[in-house]
Amino acid sequence: MKLDQLNQKLIAAARRNPPSDHVPYAFEKRIMAHLARSPKADTLGFWAQALFRSAIATSAIALLLCIGTTYLPTTETPSVTAASAELSQDFQETLLAAVDVNEMTDLNNPASEDADFTDSFEELL
Amino acid sequence: MEKSDAELIAAVLKGDAASFEPLVQKYLPRVFATARRYARRESEIEDITQEVWLKSFQKLSSFRGEAPFEHWLMRLTVRTCYDFLRSHKRNRETSFTELSAPETEWLDRFVADPSAASEDAAGAKQLIDRLLEQLSPANRLIITLLEIEDRSVKDISKITGWSVPLVKVRAFRARAEMRKLLAKIAKDKYL
Repeated sequence: MKLDQLNQKLIAAARRNPPSDHVPYAFEKRIMAHLARSPKADTLGFWAQALFRSAIATSAIALLLCIGTTYLPTTETPSVTAASAELSQDFQETLLAAVDVNEMTDLNNPASEDADFTDSFEELL
Repeated sequence: MEKSDAELIAAVLKGDAASFEPLVQKYLPRVFATARRYARRESEIEDITQEVWLKSFQKLSSFRGEAPFEHWLMRLTVRTCYDFLRSHKRNRETSFTELSAPETEWLDRFVADPSAASEDAAGAKQLIDRLLEQLSPANRLIITLLEIEDRSVKDISKITGWSVPLVKVRAFRARAEMRKLLAKIAKDKYL
């Protein structure tokens, strides 16, 4: 038996006999009734689901980092500790730079210092 | 004036579920015809069709409108049919010794004179249906899309979501399984 020819014949038979596209009576009504009972089209569902998942993931990471920084023993060397202290000092100075400038301005104005001193002295009396 | 698919889809997404009915009416025959390629019982075909429309309604927001709605719907239909095939793996290890009378008659005619065996005969249709049912779900899908529906590899890749190399590999395997089944027919029937 010529198998390749048989294969071709059978494929040709399938091509020549496409399946029927007959639709049972009122089938679309049945589908619409079914859809009316099912949840409505959710336009924001995809985003809501994605954001919810990412919120869970980021919360888990944040929690792990908190636990890590709180409970895990530090392996900092003295030089690292000194560097971090220096960094925090620099950060603090930068943050409070504006306040320092105001204080400097007040110190450079002896009149205001005298006035303050007079006020506090009068209060004591 | 009849509304376009895009207008109907926009209306459905705004909450007007009734606008979905014209889409169902328009494409229902195509969905039925596709489902009939993969399922035999009418109850199974109706279940597949219903599932396709339910999914399409629920996933309508993911339709971006870059390609026609029909293409998106047919992709969904084929994938639903593939899921059906995978979940309804029947006992595919059947023998070809018990062919129906039209099948036997057609085969005998083919063996005697291949050109005398008509492709339009009922026996040929029954035999190819029987063969397709013996194939694995992936192989059946590939043979149907590639050989019977004459689609391109690229097209099949888009429909199934498989990569082009994977489609080619599966097509090779599907043809090999088909040859194996035909050889089994020859052995069971004539040896």
